[in-house]
Amino acid sequence: MKDSKSHHKKRIAEHISVLPKSGIRDFFELVNTMDDVISLGIGEPDFVTPWHIRESAIYSLEKGHTSYTSNLGLLSLRKEICAYLEKDYELDYDPVRECIITVGVSEALDLAIRAIVNPGDEIIYHEPCYVSYAPEISMAHGVPVPVVTREENNFAISPDDFRKAITPKTKAILLNFPCNPTGATLTVEQKKEIAEIAIEHDIIVITDEIYSELTYDDKSPSIATFPGMQERTIFLHGFSKAFAMTGSRIGYACGPADLIDAMMKVHQYSMLCASITAQEAAEEALRNGRSEMEKMKREYWQRRNVIVKRFNDMGLHCVKPNGAFYAFPRIKDTGLSSNDFAKRLLSEKKVAVIPGTAFGACGEGFVRCAYAASMEDIVEAMERVKDFIKKL
Amino acid sequence: MQNEILRMLNENARLTPGQIAERLNKSEKEVAAMIKRLEEDNIIKGYRAIVDESVFSPNCVKAIIEVKVRPERDGGFNNIAKRVSKFSEVSSLYLVSGGFDLLIEVQGGTLQEVADFVSSKLSTIEGVISTSTHFLLKKYKESGKMLHNEDEYERLKVSP
Repeated sequence: MKDSKSHHKKRIAEHISVLPKSGIRDFFELVNTMDDVISLGIGEPDFVTPWHIRESAIYSLEKGHTSYTSNLGLLSLRKEICAYLEKDYELDYDPVRECIITVGVSEALDLAIRAIVNPGDEIIYHEPCYVSYAPEISMAHGVPVPVVTREENNFAISPDDFRKAITPKTKAILLNFPCNPTGATLTVEQKKEIAEIAIEHDIIVITDEIYSELTYDDKSPSIATFPGMQERTIFLHGFSKAFAMTGSRIGYACGPADLIDAMMKVHQYSMLCASITAQEAAEEALRNGRSEMEKMKREYWQRRNVIVKRFNDMGLHCVKPNGAFYAFPRIKDTGLSSNDFAKRLLSEKKVAVIPGTAFGACGEGFVRCAYAASMEDIVEAMERVKDFIKKL
Repeated sequence: MQNEILRMLNENARLTPGQIAERLNKSEKEVAAMIKRLEEDNIIKGYRAIVDESVFSPNCVKAIIEVKVRPERDGGFNNIAKRVSKFSEVSSLYLVSGGFDLLIEVQGGTLQEVADFVSSKLSTIEGVISTSTHFLLKKYKESGKMLHNEDEYERLKVSP
């Protein structure tokens, strides 16, 4: 038995076998064994994809549109995307050469990293962050270099910390604001400073703006719009969050033609193209989805106000997140570790939250609570958390 | 804030000022005062539940009536529209564009009641040229609410 196990281990590539499994996975298994759990652990909208978008997917099938599309994706969708980015983001991309449709932003991120990383190249990213960033970099034989974001800084990346992490091997920095799991955003000044450092050191900026429509109070322009930045920025976005289309798996990347062309090669030989049904649905989302999107955003905004107030009222300090749909309250003062807090809250009160450590070691002392849940569930969950910490 | 409150109450009239205040990041006092003003200004016209009427009046009959009328020299459609809307059988009345003029929703205890209303009250009004009555057979959606339940699809309980 022992022999066969070690024998099997050798079958797995070294850089894959050393990858940790996502901390969320363990939690998923645990939650799945329980009934009647209120889950604030779900990183996707609780809204169903708006009907007009679903209907256009059905219509696409009815018309018999069941083939491959161009590797880059439907030109009509790319045109729609570039028009949307011009209108809403003041970004100017050529739909023919500077835009590629991918299977979710996850694939776009994978393409971007694989297209630019030579073995040993360093990619700077910020923690706590989405679970796949460091593994994505490692899988491309790059070296992930985390920069810690801190609560006192509202979990924004400090330009100084970015500068300190730069070495001659630094190839790119990966930004995700609004941020999963902290909901943090960057101010204009912070973006400006990061942009200047990137230019000074000739660093590529990969910006994952999947949550950008869900920005609540002050919205600063994309880092790609700053002077000298468009030529060194890979802008990643998609339909999952703003249009509640996670299951459609449609994302995209826009950037300089040479980078998009390199990404296209990886995409062409690995994924070929994104589903045509989903691409046509995405087109409908951009054409007619604004009012539904605004409605969902208003609802998230209200939930954010409620959850943040409730956490602070019960004594768990919670920075007011300016974007996404996550609250990241500090639970350090309860004396429990993030993991124990989440596990005990689940077993004692049947409320699922994700330990901050699932998003990087510096997430210790925090938990992620997704407010992509109904207002009733959020309010009930907050009552239970309050009860839980009272009895600690 | 006014529109936000109206939108919320329009969706769920049972929200308390306290709940609304928490969601909008305002004080309860401010919200309560705003609601009071909206009521006084007749912008909020009332509160009621969307209910399954077939439970308390099982034989209730509803009809939509298209009415063609002759507008008056003075007042156009207004006088006749106001006059018709005074009947308690009329639950809604709209002036519309197209092939007819007034769209009326009528409710009665029985089929006969609605028929009587149309033949003896509505058609005989001076200025009514013709009526066309459509009895409602089944309701699927009302006031933005679907009246049938669809199976709920459950998301994964935890995801990144």
